[in-house]
Amino acid sequence: MTQSPGLYEPEGRLSPELLDRHRAILSVQEELQAIDAYDQRVEATSDAELAAVMAHNRDEEKEHAAMLLEWLRRHDPVLDRNLRSYLFTGVPITEIEAGAAAPVPDDSGSVPAAGSFGVGSLKGESL
Amino acid sequence: MNHLLRSNAPITDIAWDRLDIEGRERLVPALGARKLVDFSGPLGWGHSATNLGRVSDITAPGENLRARQRRVLPLVELRAGFVISRDELLDADRGATDLDLTELDAAARRIAVAENIAVFHGWAEASIVGVTGATTHEPITLGTDYAGYPGQVAKAVETLLEAGVSGPYGLALGPKEYTGVVETTEHGGLVVFDHLRQILGGPIVWAPGVTGAVVLSLRGGDFLFESGEDLSLGYSHHDANNVHLYLEESFSFRVATPEAAVALTA
Repeated sequence: MTQSPGLYEPEGRLSPELLDRHRAILSVQEELQAIDAYDQRVEATSDAELAAVMAHNRDEEKEHAAMLLEWLRRHDPVLDRNLRSYLFTGVPITEIEAGAAAPVPDDSGSVPAAGSFGVGSLKGESL
Repeated sequence: MNHLLRSNAPITDIAWDRLDIEGRERLVPALGARKLVDFSGPLGWGHSATNLGRVSDITAPGENLRARQRRVLPLVELRAGFVISRDELLDADRGATDLDLTELDAAARRIAVAENIAVFHGWAEASIVGVTGATTHEPITLGTDYAGYPGQVAKAVETLLEAGVSGPYGLALGPKEYTGVVETTEHGGLVVFDHLRQILGGPIVWAPGVTGAVVLSLRGGDFLFESGEDLSLGYSHHDANNVHLYLEESFSFRVATPEAAVALTA
């Protein structure tokens, strides 16, 4: 079997988990490239019906990209932490880093904010 | 930067680390309620209310309409302010290991006690009904003889079993009762603490703020603590000599199964 052209190290030295993340990253790249290509073609074509079809296809690629990104988030805690810090905030993006002091998700998936002691649940502990 | 405004404080990273570590170390032992009830969140400072899944009928603004309003339990904010000398904070950068953090310790104690009281005994103004206020069982009198505690706790466990409430069970003890239990042995030399553990099948918790004791089920789903902002350390203001900081949290608490606990009164 040929080695994926995106691998920088011999495949035999890489774990199955890393190879799956690699596959997902390549797929995200391909989806984003397709979105970019469709975007350009929609704008360039003078045929309105073709533009509508390609716009529809482009938006489906966005769904695919989001699904893959979510898979990656679930398999990469650091990516998860950063997505939780940077996405869906409304805060100026360059101001987020100062407040994102490496919070760690708890068992429920919640993330303590910067400045939190991160105590969370202590259920079952005695002291 | 979030609303805690920590980056506005004249405090270095090293000093923040010391404060964070000290604060957590002081908080965790005293947070007795969290060792016995379900905790969800943190859902963030912007989270304002717990969904109760209930509605109230209200008058509709027109004919042939039915109007209902969702009922929620608003979260409460608790804040415990304290002051630290700027000289003391600078000493942290010099490597001092004996910083005077007395006020931080006292603030941690205050907010932990307040949380325990809200959970176990309620907080009327915050619309929180605590475990002892919600329970449908008659309270059991503990008395002053700690050697008799196993009998009283066994009675409480039996009450829960008869109500169909399964274990394991936990026991929250006020500081005086906790000390008494740890120090007392029964006839035959069995330490009361160990005997209670055998009866309960769950933890015995030191819970400052609790009056008497509470036996409750740990099976889950009965006692619900919802955290908005979990316990955090924030900055208020400073002057030439001192920095004013605070511990803060927001939460709600509700009892889903009143019959899943028994109060033991002193």
